[in-house]
Amino acid sequence: MLFLQDAPANTTAYMIAGYTVIFGLMLIYLVSLIVRRRNLQQDAEMLEALEMKD
Amino acid sequence: MESDVKPKLLTVLDIITVLLLVIATAMVFFYAPMEAVMGQVQRVFYFHVAAGWVGMLGFLVAAIVGVVYLRTANRKWDIVGVSAVEIGMVFALINIITGAIWARPIWNTWWTWDPRLTTATIMELIYAAYLLLRQGIEDPDRRARFGAVYAIIGFLSVPLTFFSARLFRTIHPVVIGTNQPGATGAFDMTPLMLQTFLFSLLAFSIIFVDLLWHRIRLGRLADRVEQLKLKTAE
Repeated sequence: MLFLQDAPANTTAYMIAGYTVIFGLMLIYLVSLIVRRRNLQQDAEMLEALEMKD
Repeated sequence: MESDVKPKLLTVLDIITVLLLVIATAMVFFYAPMEAVMGQVQRVFYFHVAAGWVGMLGFLVAAIVGVVYLRTANRKWDIVGVSAVEIGMVFALINIITGAIWARPIWNTWWTWDPRLTTATIMELIYAAYLLLRQGIEDPDRRARFGAVYAIIGFLSVPLTFFSARLFRTIHPVVIGTNQPGATGAFDMTPLMLQTFLFSLLAFSIIFVDLLWHRIRLGRLADRVEQLKLKTAE
């Protein structure tokens, strides 16, 4: 029983899992922003080139 | 393309944001003491609550700019709204997942349909639907109007989630206010814990502002591409 023990519970693995999720999800979102921006910039350049041609 | 030039102030904000995150992380691991009963997993609390705060802040911003959009019909507010919802969703998801990880050793279960967990999940699903439904509307003005109304109505789920741990019988502990008798995993914060907690809230608030600025710039670019596509199709 967690709350009847003398020493703190050994929950290090859960802490590591928690911070992996925190930094992992933030990193995934950051990468998604960068990738989406790059793709949109390519699209904008292509469409502007098409518009100039016309 | 003038609008693509990154403002210097945003670069400065990026640096400040990274520094604050590094300091907050260092405080969580090296400054705040280990909680006597729960052990190391209690350290998840600092960023768990801060992520929940950013999630709700994002939804609040979306509701406010929703009102502003309905009054002005200026699409720039729609870009701010969708940006705020997207960031809010990411952080609300972090909040929910880290809560489940913390709950496993403390409640002896990954998940339980407790009022706080249930309302938080409903809130996340409401905003997931917001993003999905927007995709189905082609007309930008109609999409913006829908987004504004949805963000205002959807915001009802935010105070419901916030107060659920105070109004209903729940095992979820609260930081501000009195815990319900059945709350499991509550603890008294020492001054060092409180400082770390407040600093984490500050750091995550700045992260929100920084990400929002980046996401708004992305939204403006997407809007420009959409306009160009319409022009080309004509």
